[in-house]
Amino acid sequence: MTLPSPTGAPAPRRWRNAESPVLRAFARSRTVQLAAFVLLLVALASLFAPWIARQDPFDPAVLDLIDAFTPPGQQGASGAFYPLGADDQGRDVFSAILYGLRMSLLVGVSAVGLSLAIGVPLGLAAGYAGGWFDTLVMRVADVQLTFPVLLVALLIFGIARGLLPEGYRDDMAVYVIVAAIGLSEWVQYARTVRGAVMLEKHKDYVAAAQIIGRSRTGILVRHILPNLLAPVLVIATISFALAIVAESTLSYLGVGLPPTQPSLGTLIRIGQGFLFSGEWWILLFPALVLLALALSVNLAGDWLRDALNPRLQ
Amino acid sequence: MSARDPSPEPNCETPVLRVRGLDVAFDTHRGTVQVLDGVSFEIAPGEILGVVGESGAGKSMVGAAVIGLVPPPGRIAGGTVELHGERIDTLRGEDMRRVRGRRIGSVFQDPLTSLNPVYPIGRHLIETIRTHLPVSEQEARRRALALLADVEIPDPESRIDQYPHQFSGGMRQRVAIALALCAEPQLLIADEPTTALDVSVQAQVIRVFRRVCRERGTAAMLITHDMGVIAEAADRVMVMYQGRVLETGPVRQVLDHPREPYTRALMAAIPSVHDRLHRLPVPEIGADIAVAAALPPAQAETVAAPADGTPLIRVQGLSREFDLSAGWLVRTLARQPKKVLHAVDGVSFDIARGRTFGLVGESGSGKSTVARMIAGLTRPTAGTVHFDGIDRWGNAAQTAALRRRFQMIFQDPHASLNPRWRVDRLIAEPVEVLGLAASADETAERVAQALRRVRMSPDDGRRYPHQFSGGQRQRIAIARALASQPEFIVCDEPTSSLDVSVQAQVLNLMRDLQDEFGLTYLLISHNLAVIRHMCDDVGVMQRGRLVEQGSAGEVLDAPKHAYTQALMAAVPDMRYAPAAAVLVTA
Amino acid sequence: MWVHLLRRLGQSVLVLLAVSFVSFLVFRHIGDPTISLLGEDATLEERAALTAELGFDRPVPVQYLRYVGHALQGDLGVSYRLKRPVVELIAERLPATLELALVAAVLAVAGGVALGVYTAIRRDSVASRAVMAVSLVGVSLPTFLIGIGLIYLFAVELRWLPSFGRGDTVQLGGWSTGLLTASGWASLLMPALTLGLYKLTLIMRLVRAEMLEVLRADYIRFGRARGLRERDLNYGHALRNTLIPVITITGLQIGSLVAFAIVTETVFQWPGVGLLFITSIQGVDVPVVAAYLLLIALLYVAINFIVDLLYVLVDPRLRRA
Repeated sequence: MTLPSPTGAPAPRRWRNAESPVLRAFARSRTVQLAAFVLLLVALASLFAPWIARQDPFDPAVLDLIDAFTPPGQQGASGAFYPLGADDQGRDVFSAILYGLRMSLLVGVSAVGLSLAIGVPLGLAAGYAGGWFDTLVMRVADVQLTFPVLLVALLIFGIARGLLPEGYRDDMAVYVIVAAIGLSEWVQYARTVRGAVMLEKHKDYVAAAQIIGRSRTGILVRHILPNLLAPVLVIATISFALAIVAESTLSYLGVGLPPTQPSLGTLIRIGQGFLFSGEWWILLFPALVLLALALSVNLAGDWLRDALNPRLQ
Repeated sequence: MSARDPSPEPNCETPVLRVRGLDVAFDTHRGTVQVLDGVSFEIAPGEILGVVGESGAGKSMVGAAVIGLVPPPGRIAGGTVELHGERIDTLRGEDMRRVRGRRIGSVFQDPLTSLNPVYPIGRHLIETIRTHLPVSEQEARRRALALLADVEIPDPESRIDQYPHQFSGGMRQRVAIALALCAEPQLLIADEPTTALDVSVQAQVIRVFRRVCRERGTAAMLITHDMGVIAEAADRVMVMYQGRVLETGPVRQVLDHPREPYTRALMAAIPSVHDRLHRLPVPEIGADIAVAAALPPAQAETVAAPADGTPLIRVQGLSREFDLSAGWLVRTLARQPKKVLHAVDGVSFDIARGRTFGLVGESGSGKSTVARMIAGLTRPTAGTVHFDGIDRWGNAAQTAALRRRFQMIFQDPHASLNPRWRVDRLIAEPVEVLGLAASADETAERVAQALRRVRMSPDDGRRYPHQFSGGQRQRIAIARALASQPEFIVCDEPTSSLDVSVQAQVLNLMRDLQDEFGLTYLLISHNLAVIRHMCDDVGVMQRGRLVEQGSAGEVLDAPKHAYTQALMAAVPDMRYAPAAAVLVTA
Repeated sequence: MWVHLLRRLGQSVLVLLAVSFVSFLVFRHIGDPTISLLGEDATLEERAALTAELGFDRPVPVQYLRYVGHALQGDLGVSYRLKRPVVELIAERLPATLELALVAAVLAVAGGVALGVYTAIRRDSVASRAVMAVSLVGVSLPTFLIGIGLIYLFAVELRWLPSFGRGDTVQLGGWSTGLLTASGWASLLMPALTLGLYKLTLIMRLVRAEMLEVLRADYIRFGRARGLRERDLNYGHALRNTLIPVITITGLQIGSLVAFAIVTETVFQWPGVGLLFITSIQGVDVPVVAAYLLLIALLYVAINFIVDLLYVLVDPRLRRA
């Protein structure tokens, strides 16, 4: 016996009446289920890209120039099938998207990881210790906030470019861009964590731990940190979306991933050149995939924030 | 005798408010929960009806239902609400809005958050007056000033333009009363109006409340869990339990000769500020409330004379200052002096072994700071604390050695247990950190033992704090304190956030443990009755200073200092004799 | 209150100093300016002469002071690529960016606040939900995609609007404005929309979240119990309290608009400082990069200060001396 959900379709009964409000909220919302599905699909696609894709589109030996500009859903002159068309070099757009997706996700996850690694410990320490350390961290954060993500990323990119010799630039591009985005996003983690820590440290369970002589680090890591998971998770999701958009923007501007190791942004940049001459598919499909990805992550982040908000339960 | 008590003798005039068979239900994912079940009562013009009960009784919901503000997913599922003979429970939208404020005024618990911080008091008053009455701006202001004077706000002309944060708690609540009355309603609903206030401030607010209702002939519904407030303020009282009305009647009748077993048990469980009992009787809360367990005879007890020997705790000249001055920049430019708050100023007392020392005072008296300094959480700026002859704030080795000999219990059972930890892990923590057990099995055994000692099952260890009630959580906190087998426990307002019946259980438990293990307690509380019931020796604090100390009998029966006398006078007097209630049981 | 403002001013100065220091480091240590300025075949003597002239042989703190001194006099060095004073380059292109940012800001704030308030007060209406759904898309769409889409639709397919350039501009003293000509506005429309749309959705979601939070407050509930009209509660009480945090956050967002313009200027080939910055990054034209950073910091600090002033005016709790 299943209960009808508000959208009309039956949902698994055990989830709808689950004790956890998060699971209940999940079962209730069709849109979030869709977003989760898309994300799962994307993750699997990028993981298994080398097996799903017909060719490694960035290996010049595999490409067939006579297939250039094949429209989507048709066979090229060489007889190979191009579900999403081919670009000016005969590259299969579908394969290119799979590999590009891979890069975008890789950069996104790494950048978030870096920001977490910097921001959370700093926030913990600043919030708990207070005093001059807190002031210092917050001042540095303020200065950093003067510049939006894009600008900091561009700056780091520029510095790296100035410092690295010509030959290495393309290979190091991934590291540079991960560093660029990661180093500019840490501030929101630090601030949120700091705010949460400042609230928690006055609670009595912290005093109870202090009485028996637990060290400051012990209290921070074992007591306070588990209580911060909810806000950190929400920020991580949203900043993941931001990282993906930021990376694609940087690649589009030409300062991100190069055409030899393209991400979705790079593909869009390449595609823009052909938009006005009629080969719309080179731009459209990567753009759609990027949109779907960012949309799903944002949806998930939004929903997560509401689901984890204790005051809304 | 049915659980649904019919309304008392009808008055000659039409009652201002008549509620019959009111049902309120909440639709949750677990099904429909009945929050109010067949509630019926009346309030006559000029009468103050007290609505009393423990948490979960539904008393606030009655107030919300009357003004049509039941929060979703709740709804009125049945019954009628009549104001001067007209039904108001069927009104919606604009019609209901016109009733609120104009015919029924409301006062809520927390005066700080009830007022919009960016508007001055005058704006609140004038806005409400002009929403309901067709008067001009000047006329509204004149009325607002008159109201402020009526609720005893000094200097209304300048106060009316000030902001809420510039008023003290008691003043804000009186402003809230003024706000509730400004549209000249026929009925006033006050939901826990004095719960967030100090005892002395509470007395003034109650006095103002009674006077303005009397003068205007306004009927009032006073919702509170505090029986003392009812005794002072109400004419009739309605006792509620789990959504139902248990009994209704004149205040003195219900308080002195309660009919229902639950009410009798409830009355008996309230500690009195005049007498100390051996143990408090605990009302049995079972499915069938008509049957209450036979109450053990309440034995009055005299306090034993203090034993000789070195005191376990010796506090000398303890002081703590807080630097509240603005940054050096502000001080230099604005030429302001350094502002220092003497939270604790030269406090000295001894706590003898095996006895309970109570530290009583109002908010801001510094009693909690003293507790924290003794417990080792806050460093004193001057003075010493000696634990069994050892300097508590000495070198690290001394401090470490002392750790396993004392523990602390906190006020808020929600905040003192880490919500992400399982109960058994919480209780095991002191044992593990202090290295008191040789193996994991031994730790588990100590945890199980601790749980049994607080009358809970070892299986409860596998659950999380949020799965327990407030009283159970406090018992878990006590279990945690016991796990390291300390000699001395600091208890900071341990029962202040608990219901009367739960408080009785916890206090009894604390006494049992003291007898069994020879524990020494430092009990911090603002509640004089709890202090009387639990403490052998008492110290009274006012604004950081210890103004009086001695045995409980000396300080509470014959206070010498003016402040102590004022405190004792401000305690709501229930004129209730426990012995009389017990006789009724037998 | 004045002290509070004074303290904020002090902090602003600190920020500027910090940024100028970073700019200086970038300026000094990235690449070799002598080669960039004189070219690859410069002789050693020429390079030595230039090094002495630019003061690169002095100790670092002295160089920093020189740098700051020059900057305060309006001399930010010479562009490696274009061989022209940086200040000139920036002055030429600043009006374009500022106008774009201004129009986008007006759009974003007006639209964002209005929609935010509407979707908070009427949160369950169909229009609200539609707006929220679209806003989610707006936040997920990278700016450049919006730009490309607009160009494709209005410039290529419909041919209503030009896809690059500023149109005809009018010189007002040193300032060339495109706001006084029809073609100026036609060219401004799509870039402003692109730049402003993302900010609009951000501000809208922020205002909505804040307002919903405020609407849950006790004093709103108490106001309802006093019988105040919903209209008075929504606009008189809730909106007023929402504006306080909104002012701060909106200020921050506007401050970053100039920097955000980089992408829009690239997509539309808008001749502003953002485009200058991008080409300078790609060409490792260090003086321009450093100067741009300073400019951004200055703008940001100025806007923040104005926001602080507004804040004090609006929140009475901050007004005690």
